[in-house]
Amino acid sequence: MSDRLSVAKTYKLYIGGAFPRSESGRSYVVRDSKGGFLANAAQGSRKDVREAVVAARKAFGGWSGATAYNRGQVLYRVAELLEGRREQFIAETAASEGIATKKAQSTVDAAIDRWVWYAGWTDKIATVLGASNPVAGPYFSFSVPEPTGVVGVLAPQASSLLGLVSVVAPVIATGNTAVVITSQDRPLPAITLSEVLATSDVPGGVVNIVTGRTAELAPWLASHADVNALDLAGAPESMRAELEGAAADTVKRVLRARATEPDWTAQPDMSRLRAFVESKTVWHPMGV
Amino acid sequence: MWEYAPAPENRDIANLKPSYRMFLDGEFVEGAGEPLKTVNPATEEVLAEVSTADKNDVDRAVKAARRAYDRVWGKMPGAERAKYIYRIARMIAERARELAVLESLDNGKPIKESRDVDVPTASAHFFYHAGWADKLGYAGLGPDPRPLGVAGQVIPWNFPLLMAAWKIAPALACGNTVVLKPAETTPLTALVLAEIIQQAELPPGVVNILPGAGDVGAELVSHAGVDKVAFTGSTDVGKLIQRSLAGKGKKVTLELGGKAANVVFDDAPLDQAVEGIVNGIFFNQGHVCCAGSRLLVQESVADELIEKLHARVSTLRIGDPLDKNTDVGAINSREQLTKITELVESGESEGAEKWVSPCPLPDKGFFFAPTVFSGVSQAMRIAREEIFGPVLSVLTFRTPDEAIAKANNTPYGLSAGIWTEKGSRILWAANKLRAGVVWANTFNRFDPTAPFGGYQESGFGREGGRTGLEAYLDV
Repeated sequence: MSDRLSVAKTYKLYIGGAFPRSESGRSYVVRDSKGGFLANAAQGSRKDVREAVVAARKAFGGWSGATAYNRGQVLYRVAELLEGRREQFIAETAASEGIATKKAQSTVDAAIDRWVWYAGWTDKIATVLGASNPVAGPYFSFSVPEPTGVVGVLAPQASSLLGLVSVVAPVIATGNTAVVITSQDRPLPAITLSEVLATSDVPGGVVNIVTGRTAELAPWLASHADVNALDLAGAPESMRAELEGAAADTVKRVLRARATEPDWTAQPDMSRLRAFVESKTVWHPMGV
Repeated sequence: MWEYAPAPENRDIANLKPSYRMFLDGEFVEGAGEPLKTVNPATEEVLAEVSTADKNDVDRAVKAARRAYDRVWGKMPGAERAKYIYRIARMIAERARELAVLESLDNGKPIKESRDVDVPTASAHFFYHAGWADKLGYAGLGPDPRPLGVAGQVIPWNFPLLMAAWKIAPALACGNTVVLKPAETTPLTALVLAEIIQQAELPPGVVNILPGAGDVGAELVSHAGVDKVAFTGSTDVGKLIQRSLAGKGKKVTLELGGKAANVVFDDAPLDQAVEGIVNGIFFNQGHVCCAGSRLLVQESVADELIEKLHARVSTLRIGDPLDKNTDVGAINSREQLTKITELVESGESEGAEKWVSPCPLPDKGFFFAPTVFSGVSQAMRIAREEIFGPVLSVLTFRTPDEAIAKANNTPYGLSAGIWTEKGSRILWAANKLRAGVVWANTFNRFDPTAPFGGYQESGFGREGGRTGLEAYLDV
């Protein structure tokens, strides 16, 4: 062992492809499961959330307009880079979640594989969810799934990496952009993941990550008029009804959370992909 | 303008009865609510007295639906459910003329629309969904998707029978039971549908129909025994419902308002476009959530198009809904007429140029002459708010990008129209428009196989097609 002092990382927010500190200048202490100091994380504010929504909206046109093949490649690239930093994520997840290295390994592996799974979905969703509509008349009619828009994601509180990936990947796979509020007490893997996103061809603004107090930030996200949908995965149980109510002001689509945090190691189905798409039906007359 | 001899449909065909009762647990029974009088909006005469539900009736209906779900409908093989639903489809077709006349009497819509659109599409909706009942495992939602339970459904007055069909058919096909509240001003055809459901021998409680006003709807959607809420109506009420159900765990679908852009490019076939524009905004007196109420015309053809439009709209015949020659019928209620009048006044006071069809109007009843505003800017209320009447706002644009930006500049997103001869432009615009239904070189087409529903504040969930089944399954 050398006596060298390691260089500690400053954990910041990830908004519009950049890594700003919270505009509020606040930070909070992140501890491991035994109460030891891990780092100071930025304590995001209402204004940070709003900046993140602006960035997500700005990125929406380009990302939703990208070809599905391109989005698939970008998501796959995330898996590639995550694989390359596997050891770092294992250490960070183990520290964050207080789990043994072996469990952290399987968790990180599952997170990498989840990116691959969703990468493969990008150019199949329209085939599976779309339709040619055999209408009773001389019209050609088809329906295609399109992204809902800007999705506010409250990331799972316990599963800091696999849970996070499991909710963010399906949102962006279909062409949405995301504003993510991380696990409050376990935010570090999310910020490290944002470093992966920043270097893996995911355009800036497609995923925006805000750390801080969930109870403080979530209502701003839920009531923001330029957010189209809300994933309540990591919403505190006591706040879920309030957040769902706030979402009604602009008729947001709300994906509710189960009573207890699900087992994120289970193989997902299409439900998270279906949650944040809109079906568009197009008609045109047929004739000579 | 050509003269037409009157060609009235015979109102006796409606089999109008002096009173109608609600349908609960397989029986027609008196409700404990204050009875309502439903009015013919074309004459302001009372058509019939209709019993309404009170809180206790809603509770009884939900419990009846629950019993029917637990004991019969929820566990019935899909193939058997299908046959009941097919029966309903057939019986609607058998009584099509009666239903069409009754619909035009109660709603005020022209008989040619109730006859050619509302009633046949309602029958088609049951026929289409009947076939799904034993094929749900093929819908891509898992091998054996399960129903939700009791569906509480609230529908509007603009397509009374058709909206009942859109709601009831998929619910039943997926194995749910139903408590449906028709609109206060148009309860009659839903209660004839109840007769059909009784004659089709559906088990008691599978479908319950409770007339009443908004308070009955609020009672229904908030009832703890309701697992699924489906609402079609205004965005304001939709938001109230979504908010009131927050944290309750019920599955909700909302089909709300719209302010559709109908975009005419300079290469559009203008005569054909004029027909589509007229259909888009004057169909059903403009009482259509997906009405093409904002016309966006490319500047270079705007004058020519508006002139053609005025000429065409001048030929529309407004009057007796039962006359087979009538193009535009009666506004559904005095309340709606007041709302339309108020918004039209705002258009004038905000500086838009108003043109009104010179057609004569009947001297009684609720009628509003087709109105076209030009010189409309995006900030005006008539460009932003849903008027739900025969009022068109015309805006112009110069470039395709500007057209899309203006079209999408709305919190709604239910429908949109595109008029151009250029195929690549159609597909480009269809892709860019943020709306659930896009009609290109046509407008206001509906089919049970084609999903319908909105983006943004026009609601969520779809009706029709494979996608529509999701709303009634536990997936």
